[in-house]
Amino acid sequence: MTTTTAPTKPGRVAATLPQTVKDILVITRRNILRNLRLPQLIILSTIQPIMFLLLFTYVFGGAIGVTLPPVAGGKYVNWLIPGLLVQSAVFGAGQTALGLTEDLSKGVIDRFRSLPMARSAVLAGRAFSDLIRNGFVISLMLVVGVLIGFRYQTSFAGLIAGLAVAMLFSFAFSWIMATIGLLVKNPEAAQTAVFLPVFPLVFASSVFVPVQTMPDWLRGFAENQPVTVTVDALRGLILGEGALLAGHTVGGRVALSLFWSALLLAVFVPLAVRVYRRTVS
Amino acid sequence: MSDPIVRVEGITKTFGETVTALDDVTLQFEAGIIYGLLGPNGAGKTTLIRVLTTLLRPDSGRAKVAGVDVLADPKRARTKIGLAGQFAAVDEYLTGRENVEMVGRLYGLSIADSKQRAAEVLERIRLDEAADRQVKTYSGGMQRRLDLAASLVGRPEVLFLDEPTTGIDPRSRIDVWELIADLVDGGTTVLLTTQYMDEADQLADRIAVIDEGRLISQGTSDDLKDKLGGSVIELSVAEDQQGETIDALRAICGAEPSVHELTREITFPAVNGAATLTEVVRVLDSASIALNDIALHKPSLDDVFLTLTGRRAEREEDEPKTNGRRGRRRGRTS
Repeated sequence: MTTTTAPTKPGRVAATLPQTVKDILVITRRNILRNLRLPQLIILSTIQPIMFLLLFTYVFGGAIGVTLPPVAGGKYVNWLIPGLLVQSAVFGAGQTALGLTEDLSKGVIDRFRSLPMARSAVLAGRAFSDLIRNGFVISLMLVVGVLIGFRYQTSFAGLIAGLAVAMLFSFAFSWIMATIGLLVKNPEAAQTAVFLPVFPLVFASSVFVPVQTMPDWLRGFAENQPVTVTVDALRGLILGEGALLAGHTVGGRVALSLFWSALLLAVFVPLAVRVYRRTVS
Repeated sequence: MSDPIVRVEGITKTFGETVTALDDVTLQFEAGIIYGLLGPNGAGKTTLIRVLTTLLRPDSGRAKVAGVDVLADPKRARTKIGLAGQFAAVDEYLTGRENVEMVGRLYGLSIADSKQRAAEVLERIRLDEAADRQVKTYSGGMQRRLDLAASLVGRPEVLFLDEPTTGIDPRSRIDVWELIADLVDGGTTVLLTTQYMDEADQLADRIAVIDEGRLISQGTSDDLKDKLGGSVIELSVAEDQQGETIDALRAICGAEPSVHELTREITFPAVNGAATLTEVVRVLDSASIALNDIALHKPSLDDVFLTLTGRRAEREEDEPKTNGRRGRRRGRTS
C-alpha cells in the first residue's frame, strides 16, 4: 500500500455516539418486547425473590431478629429488604448471560455482528433491558416487603437513593455476566456458570445476617467484598448509620459501592466487548 | 470482465493446531450472478462465509467485497453485505415486521425508511400477510424466508446465504430458490453455499467445489457436468467378468471407470446420457456379460466428488473425519 494518509488504524473505527445510542435503544427495545411477550419469564423471575423474602422473614426472622442492631426496629424484614434488593440485583444480572447465550445458539449474534452497528450495542442493550426488568422485580419485592411490615427508617429520598445504588450495581454485574455468557456460549452451561461467582458473593455477605458472626478468615472477605459494601450502603441509606459496623459511615459505604460498580464497569465493559468481537455461534 | 465484486486471495484459516478449515482459497466473481460454493459438511463453506462477512479473521490472505477490504475495513464492509446464516436468526417473540424493521434500523435506516423498506421486502418475500404475527407461529420455511428478508433490508450489494434450504421441506425449498433467483434479477449478487448438487445446478451461474478447505474446481454448472459427461452409469457384474467389463466400458466412454472397493460397483460417465446406457447394454450383452444391476444417474454431489477427488463426499452430519470412513474410498482400477 502506498497511501500516505490515514494514521488511524482501519477496522478500529468507532461508531459515532448518536449511532451507538440509537443501536443500544433498538436492541434494548427488542429485548423488552421479548420479555413482555414471554410473561412466564417475568413471573418466574419475580416469584423467586419474593419467595426468598417470605421464607427468610418467617423462617429465620425470629432467630436472627434478636441479634440485629436497634435501627432495624426489632424487625428482621427491615434488615432483610436492603439485602434482598441487592441479591435480586445480582441474581437478575445473571439473565444477561442467559439471554446472550440464547441469542448465540440461534445465530442471532452472527447476524448482529455482520451488521454495520455499534459493537457494544448488543451487550449494552442486553444490560439495559435486564436493568429495566430487574427494576420491575425489585419494585414488586419492595411492595410485598411493605405489605409484610417493612418500613424505611430514614427518609423516602434515602430509599430512592438506595434503589439507585442497587440498580447501578446490578448494571455493573450484568457486564460480568455478559463476559461469562459469551465465553461459555452454551445456554445450559451458562445456567450453572453464572452461579459460580454469585453464590459466594451473595451468601458470604451481609445480605442475610450480620458478618460479625462469621469466622475470622471468612469475615475478612465478607466485610470487604462488593456485595456486602453495597448492601451496607443500602442499609445506611434506608435504615440509618446505626445499621453499619462501628467506624463506617453512610457516605463512605455509598462511595465505596459506587467505586466498586465503576471498577467492575471499567474492567468488564471493554472485556465483554472484546470477547464479543471474536464470538461466533 | 468488469471488476470482480468478490475477490478472495489465498485465505487460510486453521483452528487449533490441526484443523485446517480453509487452505489457500482463491476465487473471484463479478457482480450480478449467483456464485455457488458446493461441498460436504465440514468442507469449510461456513468458515469462508464467516471470513467474508467479517465474523472471523483468517490466518492469512486477503478478501475484498464490493471494493472494500474485509479485513482492513470490516465496518465499511458490513454496510455492503447481507448475511443469512444456517439457522433462521430471527426472533420468535417478535413479529416478522418487527424483526425486519429492527435489522433496518441497525443498518442505519431512519425509523420511517426502515418501516417502508421492511414493507417492501416482506411483500417481495411474500410474507406481507403474516408480517404482523409473532414468528413463533411461522413454519420453518417461512422463518427462513423472513431471515432472507432481514438480510435484504439494507440493500446489500452482496448477499451471503449459508445453506439457505438446509432443513426445510421440499415445497419451501422451491419457494426459496425462486426468491433467490428473483433477487439476482433485481441486481443483487449472491454467494450461497450448499451441499446439494441440484441446488447449485438450479441456482448458481458459477460453482466452486470445496473439499477439506481447498477449492478443487471452479466453473459453470455445465463445466462441472462436462467433467462427468452429464449423467453417470452405475452397474455391477459378476466378479470374474469385472476386468472384461471395464475394458469394454473404457472403449465406450473413453474414460477410466471407477470401482467401489467393497461393493465392486462400477461407475463411469454417461457421455451421451441414455444413448450411452443403451450402447453399454448392447455391448455387454453381445460380449455375453450378464448384468446384475445397471442404472443411469444424474450427477449428484457424490458423483462430482468422486470424479474430482476420487472418493465419496462424506455427508454425515458433523462426523469427525476418521480413517475408518476411508473404507468407502473408491480406488481407481487401471
